[in-house]
Amino acid sequence: MIIHKTAAELAEAIAAGELTAEAVTRAFLDRIEAVDGRVHAFLHVDAEGALATARQVDADRAAGRALGPLAGVPVAVKDIVVTKGLPTTAASKILEGWIPPYDATIVARLKAAGMPILGKTNLDEFAMGSSTEYSAFGVTRNPWDLNRIPGGSGGGSAAAVAARMAPLAIGTDTGGSIRQPGAVTGTVGGKPTYGGTSRYGLIAFSSSLDTPGPVARTMLDAALLHEVIAGHDPRDSTSIPQPVPPVSAAARQGAEGDLTGVRLGMVREFGGDGAEPAVLAAYQAGVEALVKLGAEIVEVSCPHFEYALPAYYLIAPSECSSNLARFDSVRYGLRVGDDGSRSLEEVMSATREAGFGPEVKRRIILGTYALSSGYVDEYYGQAQKVRTLITRDFEAAFAKVDALISPTTPFAAFEFGARTSDPYQMYLADLYTIPSNLSGGPAVSVPVGLADGLPAGLQVMAPTMRDDVAYRVGAALESTQEPRLADQVPDVADKEL
Amino acid sequence: MTAISRDEVAHLAHLARLDVTEAELDRFAQQLDVILQSVQRIGEVAADDIPPTSHAVPLTNVYRADEPVPGLSREAALAGAPDVAEDRFRVPRILGEEE
Amino acid sequence: MTTVTSPSYADAVAKYEAVIGLETHVELGTRTKMFCGCTTEFGADPNTQVCPVCLGLPGALPVANEAAIEATIRIGLALNCRIAEWCRFARKNYFYPDMPKNFQTSQYDEPLCEDGWLDVDVDGETVRIEIERVHLEEDTGKSMHVGGATGRIQGATESLVDYNRAGIPLVEIVTKPVNGTGALAPEVARAYVTELREVIRSLGVSDVRMEQGSLRCDVNTSLNLPGQEWGTRTETKNVNSLRSVERAVRSEIIRQSGLLDAGERIVQETRHFHEDTGQTTPGRSKETATDYRYFPEPDLTPMSPDPEWVSRLREALPELPRDRRRRLQEAWGLSSLDMAAVLNAGAVDLIEATVAAGAKPEGARKWWMGELSRRANEAEMELGALGISPAQVAELQGLVDAGTLNDKLARQVIDGVLAGEGDPKAVADARGLAIVSDTGALTAAVDAAIAANPDVADKVRSGVHAAAGVLIGAVMKETRGQADAKTVRELILSRLS
Repeated sequence: MIIHKTAAELAEAIAAGELTAEAVTRAFLDRIEAVDGRVHAFLHVDAEGALATARQVDADRAAGRALGPLAGVPVAVKDIVVTKGLPTTAASKILEGWIPPYDATIVARLKAAGMPILGKTNLDEFAMGSSTEYSAFGVTRNPWDLNRIPGGSGGGSAAAVAARMAPLAIGTDTGGSIRQPGAVTGTVGGKPTYGGTSRYGLIAFSSSLDTPGPVARTMLDAALLHEVIAGHDPRDSTSIPQPVPPVSAAARQGAEGDLTGVRLGMVREFGGDGAEPAVLAAYQAGVEALVKLGAEIVEVSCPHFEYALPAYYLIAPSECSSNLARFDSVRYGLRVGDDGSRSLEEVMSATREAGFGPEVKRRIILGTYALSSGYVDEYYGQAQKVRTLITRDFEAAFAKVDALISPTTPFAAFEFGARTSDPYQMYLADLYTIPSNLSGGPAVSVPVGLADGLPAGLQVMAPTMRDDVAYRVGAALESTQEPRLADQVPDVADKEL
Repeated sequence: MTAISRDEVAHLAHLARLDVTEAELDRFAQQLDVILQSVQRIGEVAADDIPPTSHAVPLTNVYRADEPVPGLSREAALAGAPDVAEDRFRVPRILGEEE
Repeated sequence: MTTVTSPSYADAVAKYEAVIGLETHVELGTRTKMFCGCTTEFGADPNTQVCPVCLGLPGALPVANEAAIEATIRIGLALNCRIAEWCRFARKNYFYPDMPKNFQTSQYDEPLCEDGWLDVDVDGETVRIEIERVHLEEDTGKSMHVGGATGRIQGATESLVDYNRAGIPLVEIVTKPVNGTGALAPEVARAYVTELREVIRSLGVSDVRMEQGSLRCDVNTSLNLPGQEWGTRTETKNVNSLRSVERAVRSEIIRQSGLLDAGERIVQETRHFHEDTGQTTPGRSKETATDYRYFPEPDLTPMSPDPEWVSRLREALPELPRDRRRRLQEAWGLSSLDMAAVLNAGAVDLIEATVAAGAKPEGARKWWMGELSRRANEAEMELGALGISPAQVAELQGLVDAGTLNDKLARQVIDGVLAGEGDPKAVADARGLAIVSDTGALTAAVDAAIAANPDVADKVRSGVHAAAGVLIGAVMKETRGQADAKTVRELILSRLS
């Protein structure tokens, strides 16, 4: 059955002429039609556009033209990445109805690779959240348990892949928004090195942290998608002008199941407190599996990681308060209250009040505070110093080990509403993922097992531009699971709401 | 100890052009208080001699050549605007001075 | 209530010392904008030179224009500044509809160039203006205010925004406070802006046209009693011509001294200068102190100009205007007063080119500053636009030097040149303009004049040589001006001796 195949298998079948790209694309569109009413992973589905791309791939193949490694394999795109001619909302009312006049660089690369874009996936508004409950257009449900959150902010992309509505998806990771949804939906989520994937066309939340990356069911699939979207982009000043790390080769190597000579560091500070026991147990089982594969595991101390969360919750809101200033009712998006009696200032304030949800407003106010004169040194300035300390912790650790490992997130998927009343409780979901965002280094979350029947993830953190190391370790761990966790997801069609 | 007052939140909301409600002011003041208490401890670790990091990747001097690149047509530029007049973006009367 | 009366300017500067400061904004003449590839032509149709970057569309990212950075460094070098080894762009956050992102990408505490100076000449004295900083930022769009009186923002019912100008590179040049200039403060301010404009023009980095806004100036003024601390300053905006710079300072000095005399305090505020009245009026007071919440721009990498590049730029600087003026003044043997007149007439380049084409400096200056300036004034044209080239003036002077033309004939030749009849020689030939050098014909004319004026001839014979003028006039009339007056005089005197 088409929707059960991995992206690598689908690409191979399309290239061999065993399947047409159109048939593959139709299969996923049919699946969306069948189950997305229950999951709500998509904000917008572009059946016509996806099929047109698929037919073009089939025509190219028939004409004997060279095809890219994932040609004809459909992909879903998080709705914070701009797509020319397709609505892009960042799950916010303030952008409802906006049709971008340009493509993000990574979208242009998906198109150039012949990958049909199925549609745009749900997220926490402007990627601020860890549960997708802060979408202005309704929650996304976790295919493992429709009463639970699919993680966030990229809950839509993770749920779409977990529920087999898409073989691949694009996510964006500012504090864990690819990895944490991956962990709680039993899928693979990769956060590339900051600067390894272009941010041009990614609606900015926190510019110095935002990183687009792949969401998939297997490490190899994630690596193949990574290679399509990664690489230097002259339109992003912070894009690294270096070759893409060989992640698909590393994933294939890892799948052979041998980690002899690989040294992994368990982050001592991420060993326990606050994490759910079942999540920790699944993680421990994963560590043992890695030992069996030949990896040498040592404990490594990263003393400043405990300050990562506070630093993040000053840096990200600061940058977001500036990045989101452009939503002002002048050039695009919502306008409220322009009845002739109000001034521009009043219309702007009314529009932003009506257009932004509570978490976005909270962070804008927090960031405005952290940057305001009298506080900027104490908050934003100190947070940037902590960033330096965390980067130094990573450097010291990578002098001793090839990669660091930790649980991806302290909690398995929780029930809707469990953490919305206390924002800080929600923020804790990103406790383990944030350090890599602050340092810029790559990290992947790979499914590690079940915690009380819900998926848990193991995070592999690697040095900057050594994404391949993370993929190798992740793929090795994945090779110990039979069947893979992503293939154990119950069919949502049978699930009760 | 209250780290942030309701009035301060009101001032910040004004700076950020958010016409928040009275109820939101109460709620945000209380929530931001909790968040700020939680993040306050970053002051403990970062000594004066630690340089701040503003960019994750240490690139410098990334420039483009001074060569024109086609932009948007006027139609495309104005297409998303809430209101347009005379090929320009129309806005209600402006109170503040130009900076 | 105290009564405020305006003292005379002389009384004001006799009692108070003025401290002035100038902030000048120069739009660079790069082909494209600061952070995107949009073109920068002045006067294009609204919103036709825009793209996702300069419209601040969600997801768009800036990339800095290298030519603008080079131009800024060259300005810094010409102003004797230290060039930063490492510096960053910063975001200046405030809401205004002509600013697409609601932050301006600028520089904060790390300007590209710092601590320089510019010498200016005022009343024969050299005043050194210290430069605090030169930094690079982006310009805003332009708003058209509709529904009120004369396009002003006050009373308008709506505004229409054009973003063509948004993102054009803007260099801000800030002086340190200038004190101790006494009654000359207004002239110093004007001389500084004039000299700065000349410097920037000589670098070829901007057309520095105040009337088109490519050079804009804000003037800070404060007063204090001798020996006392500096007073509260006001910032005067909307100063759109060199003359206005001088008038604005003068008007602020008078206004502030009136307030101080009445025992009132000066309010720190922004004021607007009005060309028509020559007065300043207060801007609308800011409701609260503006807090720009500056922070380093995460979307742009730091700048670290290569010292070798900076050295090359320094070595390649053109001769600066003041040095050139001094060199030419000496070479042409002019007094400071004469040189000032040449400068005011905008004749330096023309005279220099005329001399280069072979004319002696006195001759070149005589034509450009005399006959040609008079004609330009009559026609209300720039001297250079009159329609006669430096080479033609040199040729004309050559004909005079050779004795072929006298000044009166030369003026007729100028008529011909300006009428498009060709070069001076060709005009003289075609119009038959040449000094009569046939001695026979001249002698006959002289004899006829003596015969017709016997009384005058007697006077001359008796030694009253001044009386010969009447006879010379008669000969010149007879020869229709084509005789050399000196030759005629000699001939008459020899006949009557």
